[in-house]
Amino acid sequence: MDLKIASAIATTSEKSAVDLFLGPATETSQGGERNSAGYRVARGGESLRSLRHLLLPTLHAINDRVGWLSRGAINYISQRLDIAPADIYGVATFYALFDTNERPARQVHVCIDLTCRAMSGCKEDSIPNGAIASPCIGVCERAPAVLVIETGVTPRYEVLAPATNNEIAELVAGKSARTQQDIAAAVPQAPDNSLVLLSRIGRVDPLSIDEYIASGGYVALRRAIEIGAEQVIKEVTASGLVGRGGAAFPTGRKWAAVASQPVKTRYLICNADESEPGTFKDRVLMEGDPFALVESMTIAAFATGCQHGWIYLRGEYPRALKNLQNAITLARSSSMLGENILGSGFGFDITIFRGAGAYICGEETAIFNSIEGYRGEPRNKPPFPVEVGLFGKPTVVNNVETLVNVLPIITNTGDKYATWGTTGSKGKKLFCVSGAVNKPGVYEVTFGATLRQLIDLAGGIKLGSSLQAVLLGGAAGGFVGPEDLDLELTLEAARAAGTTLGSGVVMVLDQTVDMIDQLQRIAAFFRDESCGQCVPCRVGTVRQQEALARLVKSSGSQNSAVDLQLLRDLGQVMRDASICGLGQTAHNAIDSALTRLKVFSA
Amino acid sequence: MSTQVTTGLQVRRTVELTIDGQKVNAVEGSTLLDACRASGKEIPTLCFGDTITPKNACRVCMVELEGSRTLVPSCSRKVEPGMVVNTNNERTNHSRKLVLELLGSSVDLSLTKNVARWNEGYKAEPSRFGAPSFHHHDRDQAITGHHHQPDGSTAETVHQDVKIDNNLYVRDYSKCILCYQCVDACGEQWQNTFAITTAGRGFDARISTEFAVDLTDSACVYCGNCIQVCPTGALMFTSEYEMRKDGTWNEPEQTQTDTICPYCGVGCALTLHVQDNTIVKVTSPSDHSVTHGNLCIKGRFGFQHVQNRASD
Repeated sequence: MDLKIASAIATTSEKSAVDLFLGPATETSQGGERNSAGYRVARGGESLRSLRHLLLPTLHAINDRVGWLSRGAINYISQRLDIAPADIYGVATFYALFDTNERPARQVHVCIDLTCRAMSGCKEDSIPNGAIASPCIGVCERAPAVLVIETGVTPRYEVLAPATNNEIAELVAGKSARTQQDIAAAVPQAPDNSLVLLSRIGRVDPLSIDEYIASGGYVALRRAIEIGAEQVIKEVTASGLVGRGGAAFPTGRKWAAVASQPVKTRYLICNADESEPGTFKDRVLMEGDPFALVESMTIAAFATGCQHGWIYLRGEYPRALKNLQNAITLARSSSMLGENILGSGFGFDITIFRGAGAYICGEETAIFNSIEGYRGEPRNKPPFPVEVGLFGKPTVVNNVETLVNVLPIITNTGDKYATWGTTGSKGKKLFCVSGAVNKPGVYEVTFGATLRQLIDLAGGIKLGSSLQAVLLGGAAGGFVGPEDLDLELTLEAARAAGTTLGSGVVMVLDQTVDMIDQLQRIAAFFRDESCGQCVPCRVGTVRQQEALARLVKSSGSQNSAVDLQLLRDLGQVMRDASICGLGQTAHNAIDSALTRLKVFSA
Repeated sequence: MSTQVTTGLQVRRTVELTIDGQKVNAVEGSTLLDACRASGKEIPTLCFGDTITPKNACRVCMVELEGSRTLVPSCSRKVEPGMVVNTNNERTNHSRKLVLELLGSSVDLSLTKNVARWNEGYKAEPSRFGAPSFHHHDRDQAITGHHHQPDGSTAETVHQDVKIDNNLYVRDYSKCILCYQCVDACGEQWQNTFAITTAGRGFDARISTEFAVDLTDSACVYCGNCIQVCPTGALMFTSEYEMRKDGTWNEPEQTQTDTICPYCGVGCALTLHVQDNTIVKVTSPSDHSVTHGNLCIKGRFGFQHVQNRASD
């Protein structure tokens, strides 16, 4: 490409960060060495054009090293990857973990999202000076949560939770976070061998492949290879497994659709961009049982004929990153990943792709754009990912929890798995219980348990607390009230009751929680996280927030009727006309608070 | 549309679908918008341009497709046999009304064609969201994932100062609906210059050069192909901008003369917009097989020599 690049040049550390990641400049039209006549040697052409997918990891490399993205740094990436500086700027400014303004090497991100503000009052204006307000960090069982990023030659990502305001101030001042908490602390049921999805948590070292194998690991993969790809899909279809990320699409049908594509280059993506406020189950699975995800991805790829897989991991999960990297390395060296897996002739490998702070990148087509090096804007459907997905190829996208469910399906058979649960909801389900309960954490239940049973499992409501509301499914979900405690937590019962299980969030809010504040945060969240592509979501989320702000002031008056109607109108256009699920669900929780909890109708 | 047959005796298959209760035939590969327009229905469009792949970002052209949970964008949804489509019911009209209101309350649509008429037709009242707010921090400096909590007393807009940083054209992003057409025309769909991009996210998303530098410091080659595709007047010849400011811009009085660019051998078609015997801007027909509406800096802006009169 004929690039016009301004004069700003990268610093030595920016350059070395890029070169460490990409290797020294050789194939480049502009950044390469000069020949004896003093001219730049232009090489690359077609091969340069295929480097775009390295853009986000390269931006991460610089951000990890110096903490922000300067003009010089972007110019250097432009030369190395043959992407115009403006284009890179557009991508860099899409992601909240990147900054194109100079900032300190140490950033303290304090979660101000639903659980954290309900439990501790962590709000935009109450966090210590110098800390950065952050959307949900996914450590809701120990609210409030703080993520410290210290950039440098050896960047450090640390999570501290729960954190007091004093501790946050100390972190801002440069103090190191306490040692990481035990992973099993997030799973109050652990250790429990009888669990299906969480059985290894607290019992098996997540860093040891030997312990994984000794505890039943890789039995499913061996069996999958033995029964063949078609039979694997049959088992998954028979199991009745549906997606656990929120949309509940039948997994077997998705796999069969990809397996039947005429195009043979196919990809698998594990959606680990868990960012729905109140959700932390995938984090616990990836931290506590990373080999299970690697194994289940291998089975999914084997069944659907995918040659390569990506784990799109949200940028805020440092321990999951570390444990997954370790698992992938060990799986490769044990012939469980790479070429000719277990001598079967089947080859498959996995790349971890770090997100950079964008809730929208949990949307399956936004993931494609993000991995390909573009702004994480969702694509229009059709075409659907099973036909035209990542790099234009048929692509399977499954959530972490969905994939991990494949292991018990293959080891026990799909029919056996289908005996668990109810008629409409099969199998085991993880719920992320947070808020005013005695033992918040991830809970595994067989579909069919009621909300009351789940809360009891989590030790019941805290002493002195009385239940005000429960948020099911996160910000894109809906509130239910104390009268709904006997709601069966199944897909069909939730649908019949006009609510959703979504990603499995069960956020228990007691009488001390300011519901209006929660609604305003939900509105602010969607406004911040909208990609900005379509009008209903881009402007609708702002108008929704403004109408809520007016309602707070005029509650009960005649004006509030006008604004309530405005909200309903906005909800309808967002649901009907937004490109993706973000906009389509951006009014759900607010709607449920207005209609079920009668907030504002006093 | 570029999908139409251009040569030979190629036979295009047609598909039958139902639009508003009527059976219609449409060419395979065409869009619902094509089919609707062919059967005489007016579907409003804003971000849709005839030389750029539809981005379906504005969502004003949404129609109801039976079997689809949400409405579908007619500009980009391809026809399929047996589709049952409704273009004019409560749901589609609510959606169009709201999109017109959302854009009308946040963007200056004063130069966008048909908007006043559509507002009336769909009973859109952009003002019901409150008085527009023109007080802003610099949108170019917006921090992704952060915003100031609004109090609801005004409706936030995309207002920012007009960017005048060169002699050829101005950028008034207060009028920008983010149709992405300028970015696509500057980038891979036409010019391959990539001087501009969409930066930021959500309501703070905006068209920008890298680090919001002036055009003169950017990769811009002043082809003006972004002006050609801009549907809202956000991008405008400096000549037009200044005449509008002076109150002398008089479009009904202007003549349009088609000619061929004199500069090189490509033979680009030019349309000269002339007012008071002076060229005030240059466009190119978007359906012209040579240009598809695109020109270079010479064809677009190099017309001063024509009107350097002896008396000057």
